[in-house]
Amino acid sequence: MNSIAPNRQFKRRVLFVGAVLLLPLSFLMALAFGTINIAFSDTLISLLSVASNNDLLSRADLVIQEIRLPRALLSAIVGALLGICGATTQGLFRNPLADPSLIGVTAGASAGAALTIFFASSLSAFTSANLLAMSGLGLVSLGAFTGGAIAVIIVYSLATNQQGTSVATMLLAGIAITAVAGSLTNILEFFGDEEMLRRISLWRMGGLDGASYSRVLLAAVVGSVILLILPRFSTALNALLLGESEARHLGLSVQSIKIKLVLLVAAGVGTSVALAGTIAFVGLIVPHMVRLSIGPDHRYLLPVSALGGACLLLLSDTIARTIVSPIELPVGVVTAILGAPFFISLLRRRHEFGIR
Amino acid sequence: MNTPLIKLENVTINAPSTQTLGRKSKLGDAAQHSVLVNNVSFEVASGEVLAIIGPNGAGKSTLLNTLAGDHEYSGIIEIDGLQANPKARARQLAVLPQLSLLNFPYRVSEVVGLSRIPHSTGQQRDAEIVQEALSLMDISFLSERLYTELSGGEKQRVQLARVFAQIWQAEDAENATRVLLLDEPTAALDLGHQHQLMRSIRKLAEQGVAVIMVLHDINLAARYADKALALLCSERLAFGTIDEVISEENIRALFEVDVHIAEHPEHKSPVVIGL
Repeated sequence: MNSIAPNRQFKRRVLFVGAVLLLPLSFLMALAFGTINIAFSDTLISLLSVASNNDLLSRADLVIQEIRLPRALLSAIVGALLGICGATTQGLFRNPLADPSLIGVTAGASAGAALTIFFASSLSAFTSANLLAMSGLGLVSLGAFTGGAIAVIIVYSLATNQQGTSVATMLLAGIAITAVAGSLTNILEFFGDEEMLRRISLWRMGGLDGASYSRVLLAAVVGSVILLILPRFSTALNALLLGESEARHLGLSVQSIKIKLVLLVAAGVGTSVALAGTIAFVGLIVPHMVRLSIGPDHRYLLPVSALGGACLLLLSDTIARTIVSPIELPVGVVTAILGAPFFISLLRRRHEFGIR
Repeated sequence: MNTPLIKLENVTINAPSTQTLGRKSKLGDAAQHSVLVNNVSFEVASGEVLAIIGPNGAGKSTLLNTLAGDHEYSGIIEIDGLQANPKARARQLAVLPQLSLLNFPYRVSEVVGLSRIPHSTGQQRDAEIVQEALSLMDISFLSERLYTELSGGEKQRVQLARVFAQIWQAEDAENATRVLLLDEPTAALDLGHQHQLMRSIRKLAEQGVAVIMVLHDINLAARYADKALALLCSERLAFGTIDEVISEENIRALFEVDVHIAEHPEHKSPVVIGL
């Protein structure tokens, strides 16, 4: 019938298969590279022996199983969450520049997390240390979720009207929220003790070095829920790109869909902030690259963005750990260095997205 | 005389009160003046095309959007057989907004394909309907182009194809109730495509679709619509057949211009000539 139609379908398949293949490869690289490099074959063998509960662990096994594996798992899940939440936010705002970290959602979540750390530590005297580690993590995630949700709602109601989202208002609202949330966090740092200070500043920079299996567990639970639910909104997001009243005229309950999407994004970003801090630009770069090659159809965009986000964060964290080894950079620094020029080039070409 | 499919009685629409938070008392008087549509009644039968005419700001779009379910109103709006369920309703009623701001790089066929969201006719049939709608709007050749790269008129034709495809088959709509609401569908189109669009609208009307459209071109309305509703300052100035509504007095009252009304040499419809 026509020659270009199969092209996009073909590209979708290629990109999907490519991302599926790239994921285990970047995962393996994250395990193998570090302060000490371990051969791929040894890495694989060590990985396979995780389940066998061997008492005779070599040094390499220890490094992989106790340090790098939880970290790689956490990177993959957090990256996938950031990728899919970025794609969803852009669909919801009808705007390809709406990244959770640029519009204040991440800052709101950080402030929520910092507030929780500050107030939860005063309760800590009454609970045993081990229990606190798990419940504290859950509590911090809840705080991050609440902060993120409040930020999305504020930005959305400020910047979006019948005609869509004004980019300028959206970014300005993001600046305002980031400033407010930032100063809130600063106040807490000012009054916090040494331990709190360290934890809060870790969040703000964004790093995966706090990875542990309990964090992986929390990330896996929240992550799998969000990664399973969000793709169900693909059709709704596709219609929302036309405009809110257009989507309503296509029979969608726009208001309730918007509320659900906001909550899901806040939960995804909040969890990733609680577990890995502020990691900027993953939610901007990945969906944009995917959209460039296979178009904005969310049925393909969402899963491929999740896969791409996982790969990008795994690779960025590997770079962060190795580039000035033995010193580790926070991964947020690496994604920011990769992402900021990308964002600027997008701003320069904003007319291509019909943005005024 | 057909029984009416769409019936409006004494419909009044107020401006949405966006600024009443905490300042209600002050704005109390102002709110009374912000009536967008005042006490309007009319009827449209299935298979009829109604043109809404009038000057800018007369309330034409507001009335159309209210029929689409976007605004609160007082009075009676009845659409016979229209379903309450939003999805079922979307299979019966399609809306072309005045302005579309889609800025994501969908292919044209994907944009038109969005119209099939409320349907469950299967991918194969949906793809066929998309192609049929594209060919009706004479844009089959744009099928695989990116929407964001099109000209204004081409975008308008894509949006029209999308709206047509939404109510393409009578068998998809409960009770075969099909309504098309178009807000200035000819705005960005060249002369040839304006007439081509109007012929397509007539074709849909022949299949029993009730069409209500806001038009600025009185001559297009006169030639292709069955009835006209003239709105002036939120109120109904005239409603009836084309010959009843499009008179020299009404046009003068609506637009404050002197015109002469002649008869179209072939179609016998009135033709408005500016003096």
